Amino acid sequence: MTGRPHARAALAVLAFAAILGGCQGWQSALDPQGPQARELAWLFWMFLAVLTAIFVAVMIALALALIPRGPPRDDPLAVDPRSERRKNFVVAGLAVATGVTVLVLTGFSYVSQRNLFRVEEEAVIVRVTGHQWWWEVRYEEPDASRTFTTANEIHVPVGKPVKVKLNSADVIHSFWLPNLMGKMDLIPGQENDIRFVAERPGLYRGQCAEFCGLQHARMGLLVVAEEEGAFNRWRDAQIAPAETPTEPERITGQQAFLSRPCVMCHTVRGTGAGGKVAPDLTHIGSRRHLAASTLPMSRGNLAAWIVDPHGIKPGVNMPTIKLDPDDINAIAAYLEGLK
Amino acid sequence: MSDAAVTSGRDLRDTALPDGELHARLSRTWGTGKGLIARLSTVDHKIIGRRYLITAFVFLLLGGALAAAMRIQLARPGNQVLGPDAYNQLFTMHGTTMMFLFAVPVMEAVGVYLVPLMVGTRNIAFPRLNAFSYWTYLFGGIFIWTAFALKVGPDVGWFAYVPLSGPQYGVGKRPDVWAQMITFTEVSALAVAVEIIVTTFKQRAPGMTLDRIPLFVWAMLVTSFAIVFSMPAIVIASTTLILDRLIGTHFYNAAEGGDSLLYQHLFWFFGHPEVYIIFLPATGMVSMIVATFARRPAFGYIPLVLSLIAIGFLSFGLWVHHMFATGLPQLGMSFFTANSMLIAIPNGVQIFCWIATLWGGRPVFRTPLLFVLGFFFIFVIGGLSGIMLASVPIDLQVHDTYFVVAHFHYVLIGGAVFPLLGAVYYWFPKLTGRMMSEAMGRWNFWLAFVGFNLAFFPMHILGLQGMPRRVYTYGPEMGWANLNLLATVGAVILALSFLLFVWNVFSSVRGGAIAGDNPWDAGTLEWATASPPPPQNFDRIPLVTSREPLWAERGAMPVVGGLTVDDRQVLVTTVTDARAELRESSPEPSIWPFLASVALTVLFVGSIFTPWAVVWGAVPVGVALLGWFWPKGDVEDEG
Amino acid sequence: MRAALILLAALALAACQREERSYRSDPAATESDEKVALVPLFPGPSTPTSSISGKGKEFEANAYHLSQGKTLYTWFNCVGCHANGGGGSGPPLMDDVWVYGGSIENIVHTIREGRPNGMPSFRGKIPDEQIWQIAAYVRSMSGNVPKDAAPGRNDTMHPHPAENRTPTFPPVPGGNTPQ
Repeated sequence: MTGRPHARAALAVLAFAAILGGCQGWQSALDPQGPQARELAWLFWMFLAVLTAIFVAVMIALALALIPRGPPRDDPLAVDPRSERRKNFVVAGLAVATGVTVLVLTGFSYVSQRNLFRVEEEAVIVRVTGHQWWWEVRYEEPDASRTFTTANEIHVPVGKPVKVKLNSADVIHSFWLPNLMGKMDLIPGQENDIRFVAERPGLYRGQCAEFCGLQHARMGLLVVAEEEGAFNRWRDAQIAPAETPTEPERITGQQAFLSRPCVMCHTVRGTGAGGKVAPDLTHIGSRRHLAASTLPMSRGNLAAWIVDPHGIKPGVNMPTIKLDPDDINAIAAYLEGLK
Repeated sequence: MSDAAVTSGRDLRDTALPDGELHARLSRTWGTGKGLIARLSTVDHKIIGRRYLITAFVFLLLGGALAAAMRIQLARPGNQVLGPDAYNQLFTMHGTTMMFLFAVPVMEAVGVYLVPLMVGTRNIAFPRLNAFSYWTYLFGGIFIWTAFALKVGPDVGWFAYVPLSGPQYGVGKRPDVWAQMITFTEVSALAVAVEIIVTTFKQRAPGMTLDRIPLFVWAMLVTSFAIVFSMPAIVIASTTLILDRLIGTHFYNAAEGGDSLLYQHLFWFFGHPEVYIIFLPATGMVSMIVATFARRPAFGYIPLVLSLIAIGFLSFGLWVHHMFATGLPQLGMSFFTANSMLIAIPNGVQIFCWIATLWGGRPVFRTPLLFVLGFFFIFVIGGLSGIMLASVPIDLQVHDTYFVVAHFHYVLIGGAVFPLLGAVYYWFPKLTGRMMSEAMGRWNFWLAFVGFNLAFFPMHILGLQGMPRRVYTYGPEMGWANLNLLATVGAVILALSFLLFVWNVFSSVRGGAIAGDNPWDAGTLEWATASPPPPQNFDRIPLVTSREPLWAERGAMPVVGGLTVDDRQVLVTTVTDARAELRESSPEPSIWPFLASVALTVLFVGSIFTPWAVVWGAVPVGVALLGWFWPKGDVEDEG
Repeated sequence: MRAALILLAALALAACQREERSYRSDPAATESDEKVALVPLFPGPSTPTSSISGKGKEFEANAYHLSQGKTLYTWFNCVGCHANGGGGSGPPLMDDVWVYGGSIENIVHTIREGRPNGMPSFRGKIPDEQIWQIAAYVRSMSGNVPKDAAPGRNDTMHPHPAENRTPTFPPVPGGNTPQ
């Protein structure tokens, strides 16, 4: 028995380090891609180091305590008052040390918190509204003609502070971009905000972190960080209404789309489709994913999604609709072309 | 106690009888009769405590089965074993069962069984209330599991945040079932808390001054106060939730001036002390086990008691660390960071004292101590990851992820279930008169230890890698598959360890070695009586002269006399010095607590279907309470 | 004991009907044909033939369908004309007056086909199952569905008693015919 906790502790720390070493992910708190996330990661590693040291120390102490010493205790009440006094000092000292440690950690945490929530002039304001189970994304500009709505994909310019205003249309959700920033809840009747900067171009995945019902697991979102020029081009493209299709199949698709239940919920700006309760499809073809990061964007996946949304995301609010196979293909082609 | 002994009639005193006859007569007076009615009427704290224990362990196994199903679903990405609807019900039932139907009741169960024995009295205070609390707990558990079987299992998480659990999004009766089950457990937990407080304060054996109370009893006392002060918050939360849902009040409707965050505040004002309600009794068990197997009194009795009390107080100032991501004011959150870190100090002191107790002696490595050592390893990890969660910035990353799942399983399984299993091995001989198998116990421990760490350690990393909790599936592109598979393997090993535990219990009840009164040579009063204890607990009430009376008084315990033999009488003592104050009769068995509980169940269950059930259901409850308290002109009713 | 068992079985049955959730409708099997009279007045000696699929009961007694219907009622802007049941440019839905019949089948017809003086036809715009859900919800506005299945209050301003608390106004036979 002796010494085993110690060995276990060392093993655990090693295993932890080994596994963490290989942690690079597009949705990982351990792969920070902005100052906020780096601050968080730094604090985490600092805490981890201190606390691991404490853990190892406690386990060593425990292991030493288990070493049999002294004569067998026939009378349990016979304790040596001198060693008791020594122990008193040690325990009191350790209690004080614990107090100092947590005080210091609290200080670090507080400073970090201040850094994290420091307010900078933001370059982009995005309003994100949580819905069961997708994200409505609205870019706000003083010039009303330059505001627009999209869904489940947020583009940001690299190196520029972004402010995300958060609220919810139904239940509580939580907006979490591990590579860029911690999380913040979206609460009906309340507006929260969160700020981050993406330092490098890339794709960062986020996910709803507060249980929000049936399809909480499939409520992902994507942040696309790109150079300012690319971001501005993207924004101008998003502001524009949908292009009118010219290929015959897409024309058929548009007609089918507009004459079907699709329009009850979805908007395609520039057409008669003006539903407000489901993701804006004006430029759906330009997005990388479908159904809140559930499927990669492709014509095939669009068709599959339209045919059987509940096979892919059971309980989603998109209904199953009676459609001819030709119509399905045409609608998928039409939507895919909405770049 | 100076009354002259009267040798006949109603006022026969124990001083007048020889040991053998006294034992037989007291057993008759305090015993539980045979037959169904007698069984339903019993007020013996040991029988009720045993029922509580068995029921709680049944719920543990049920909740564990749900966990196993969830782990199988998550073993591979995109698994199709469970759909989202089933999965959501499963994790809600798992959390609810483990927190409300296992963890809190099982700790109360141990308290109900052991506290009267440890303080040297014949029954718990308010024994009929005790019976009532058990039935209410049992019916609440049966209610929610029946609903689950009927596809009405709650699916909103064990803390049922509004608006998801509210009238608009919580469809059907599912959240009502959850909220009403909470009401059942609130009632039963409050009842037990009151009994334990009064038993500890007023029924201690003479001489057991405040600084001679066993540490487990101290832990139960602090826990009981925490229950008394925290449960009202959840009473309000669950009741207002039901009111919102069923009669259209607007407590949590932002559009009408309500606030969904209010629910979270109320819930966690209860929910955080709840963690300590589960954990503190476990620390009491650890203190007892460590002292016995280190073969010396616990080091630092006073610091340990003060730590318990400090934790009890501080646990009420932590709740906002569950809400760091809700957009509360920064400075306010920092206060809760500081407070959450502060609680590490009393917890640290406890750990240091236990290590100091073990230090420099010759610890006896039996199964109970193994579980306590496992507790040290696991709980310290859980406590330290708790320090991370106390920090607002770190919490913003790991809140509501698998890191948190890992953390609270480290704290609750490591901090409460490991000591509890150790406690079962430790007190099993007292309950049954037989020892549990030591060989199986070691296998049990090592399987549990390895399985637990395999199952839950990877979850820390999963959380940091971005896996939110409460997801029924994840895509292969997320890179979480291997660690999840590892966790599932660990869960299987952990499940095996529990099967082994159950097997050990069943085989030892029949075939274990005969234990004797004090198989571990422990020092506290529960070991001063037979195993299992007779209905009257002690033939003669012990006189306590030290913290570990059995170690101090080898051979012959001093006793006090003068209690009547032919009716149920307990000795009431003063709160601080435990000086004998008066003789008080303890209630006889009664069927009314059972009937009152049945009536209350009808009221509670009916009220989720119609508010009129509260009106009409109150009639049978009233009748049952009248029957319960109706004066019968016997000795019990004398002032 | 037996009475308790029977009660339990009845509860179980009710629970199943109330709590069933079928997310994935079968698009090919929709649009059941319901033949149902609009008004109790008819010419000639024989009553008109009526055939009802019984689907209505299934929707009216099911909490999930009712809740979905309530959501869709807002999403599809029924509120625009009927307000929260009190009526506006369209007739009120929370009373006992039903110009075109108050059974769920009548209401499904009304939504699907439209009615003169402003009610548009939603055939092909709203999938059939959702029409049934909305119709079931509309029935709950006048208290004509089981109370334990009806939705609770909204998380919005308080326009009317929650559907599970609303008094029952059975559609008055003939009360809706032009006098």
